[in-house]
Amino acid sequence: MSSAVYIAGIGVISAIGNDVAGHLESFKQEKEGMGDITMLNTVHRGEIPVAEVKLTNEELIKITGLPANASRTSMLSLIAAKEALADAAIPGFENLRSGFVSANTVGGMDKSEDFFKEFLADNNKGRLRDVYDHECGSMTEIVADQLGVSDFLTTFSTACSSSANAIFYGARLIKSDMLDIVIAGGVDALTKFTLNGFNTLLILDKEFCKPFDANRQGLNLGEGAGYVVLVSDKVAATLNKKPYCKLTGYNNSNDAFHQTASSPDGTGSYMAMQGALKKSGLQPKDIDYINLHGTGTPNNDSAEGTAIKRVFDPVYPPMSSTKSYTGHTLGASGGIEAVFSILAIKHGIIYPNLRFQTRMDELPVEPVKHFISGQKIKNVMSNSFGFGGNCTSLIFSAI
Amino acid sequence: MKVFIRSASCISPQKTFNADGFLNDPVEYIGTRLQTIEPDYKEFIDPKLMRRMSHIIKMGVATAKDCLNKAGVEMPGAIITGTAFGCMEDTITFLTRIIEMGEEMLPPTAFVHSTHNTVAAQIALHLQCHNYNTTFVQKGISFESALIDGMMLLKEQEANDILIGGTEEMVDTSFKVLTRLGLYKRHPVSNLDLFNDHSKGTIGGEGAAFFLLTDKDSPDNLASLTAVKTLYKPNSIADGIAAFLKSNDLTIYDIDLIITGKNGDIKNDEVYEELEDTLFKNNPIANYKHLCGEYPVSSSFALWLAANIAKSGEIPEIVVEKQTGKSPKTILIYNHYQNKYHSLMLVSAI
Repeated sequence: MSSAVYIAGIGVISAIGNDVAGHLESFKQEKEGMGDITMLNTVHRGEIPVAEVKLTNEELIKITGLPANASRTSMLSLIAAKEALADAAIPGFENLRSGFVSANTVGGMDKSEDFFKEFLADNNKGRLRDVYDHECGSMTEIVADQLGVSDFLTTFSTACSSSANAIFYGARLIKSDMLDIVIAGGVDALTKFTLNGFNTLLILDKEFCKPFDANRQGLNLGEGAGYVVLVSDKVAATLNKKPYCKLTGYNNSNDAFHQTASSPDGTGSYMAMQGALKKSGLQPKDIDYINLHGTGTPNNDSAEGTAIKRVFDPVYPPMSSTKSYTGHTLGASGGIEAVFSILAIKHGIIYPNLRFQTRMDELPVEPVKHFISGQKIKNVMSNSFGFGGNCTSLIFSAI
Repeated sequence: MKVFIRSASCISPQKTFNADGFLNDPVEYIGTRLQTIEPDYKEFIDPKLMRRMSHIIKMGVATAKDCLNKAGVEMPGAIITGTAFGCMEDTITFLTRIIEMGEEMLPPTAFVHSTHNTVAAQIALHLQCHNYNTTFVQKGISFESALIDGMMLLKEQEANDILIGGTEEMVDTSFKVLTRLGLYKRHPVSNLDLFNDHSKGTIGGEGAAFFLLTDKDSPDNLASLTAVKTLYKPNSIADGIAAFLKSNDLTIYDIDLIITGKNGDIKNDEVYEELEDTLFKNNPIANYKHLCGEYPVSSSFALWLAANIAKSGEIPEIVVEKQTGKSPKTILIYNHYQNKYHSLMLVSAI
């Protein structure tokens, strides 16, 4: 039994970078990734901003070597998962029990949309290869095969908390001695399905989003993938470099209020944060930075802000929503933001909440407005809350 | 620690929900698609809420509630579901509207109910349950993934009374697409004659089954769930099964009944037939997919079957392929999905 679970590697791709180094550079420059839609074939081009990964499908195919009809989801997943595994550089990887635990919300929907248009006109039309990998689990399977992982694989789909759930499930698999190593996180690519879905809910900001701002108007959708390599204490001892940190706290609670809306007092968010603190054995004052879920919708930020007040008042740690850079990457956000949380500990940095102007009533404090370095950061809380009331908080702690 | 199945509830193409007998009156279908027998959902769901619910949500909420009622549990310690395709009805509805309405003025209802976690979320909402809640979507091992999580939660002593289910709905679109992909037979067949047809393809199915897992021993428990394992593209499934049994201090001679995932597709069933000539040579064998059809979480039907066999000591005649007459105490369920995902479940009488 491994008593602690260590982070040995990280990998990320989003609108602000194609790898970890690219992200650190964008953070320093306070450069967000949103812009006009350039890749998705939709009527909303020029009207709704999104945060696209700055690589076309053709470029992604070249980089990943996946087949020409591969879903963008699988390609983004593979790039970040590969980076994480290479970063971990685990000696004797082939001889250890390894697993891939991923997450996403719409699987190969980008390709299914192409198929469905022709199918709808004539049920005998539509290229079957475009729908073959529709399932969320297909994405995980494709990437696991490329990574050479076959001992265990599974996929979570709990809307916007999906990959946070994948990460702490990976830790539990290691703690219960089922596996030695788990590559865990998640992915989502932009699709017409999600763009139109969120648009019908009237929660997309037509400008760049302003999370936790009193005048916030909604979220910007993003895309990407983020993975961490979790290892047991035994494997951690064999690494050629020091692990980044430990995953010490986690909790999954349900808001049980509404299919899409958060409860006004943020019950689920509150329970997730409290539960993660309890699991880690930490007090609220021990948290040095909160990476907010902070989507920028009036409802989420109000509920999350209220829940944070209930947990942390009167002493608040610095906090920010990095969705002000990456947009809301849905099923990928927990994985991507886990990577940011880990980097905050490793480099002693705190990311700004871009475009913040006006404090909202729910909180007596403002989020961090500019990039800060040289901080001593021991414990970071990362929040991921989603549709269906699915709320998950993770806590990463310095070694 | 022992894990028990406290109760189980199943909606399927057979009389499994609130039925008097135990598969003693099998329902025959002619075709390549089996659809569930619908209960009176009003008993479980407020009719006002039901109007917005797709088939998978109704099946899921009803079986979850029925399972809790049977267990005498009001508030589960966790809710975990498995589904490969998720809420297909709402997904197809929304996709259709995107195209037909040119992405303008779309109603949001289908989208908000299209996410894969909707069934687990709706159960939480109905019960006002704030506990651990999650959804696994790993193709043919979605349900097994949920079971593994639930058993781990019990062992971690993080939660008790864990509600776990597998749900899948088959809509016209998915049936058509999966037929074009070659999954199903090209001619109508009687489901009760599925294993004598000897042709390519299987028959499609759907259903929902929920289970309440507990670590509390009770004479009312249905069975114990000793172990669950998933294998992805194993080199040798025979070796995998032997290793699984060994890790549970068993050999194949200790298994009183093997429930296989035979689905009537000659290629698919080769795996089982090879085992029946070798490792499973001396074991009684039962099959179930002629009753519920093939779908990614059909193993939840198999677990419902195994738990009820373990409790009653009787094997319904309709599932028997090869029997010895002994009342089974230790049951192995072996299923594979498209020969990629293999799963093993060990169920014992209490």
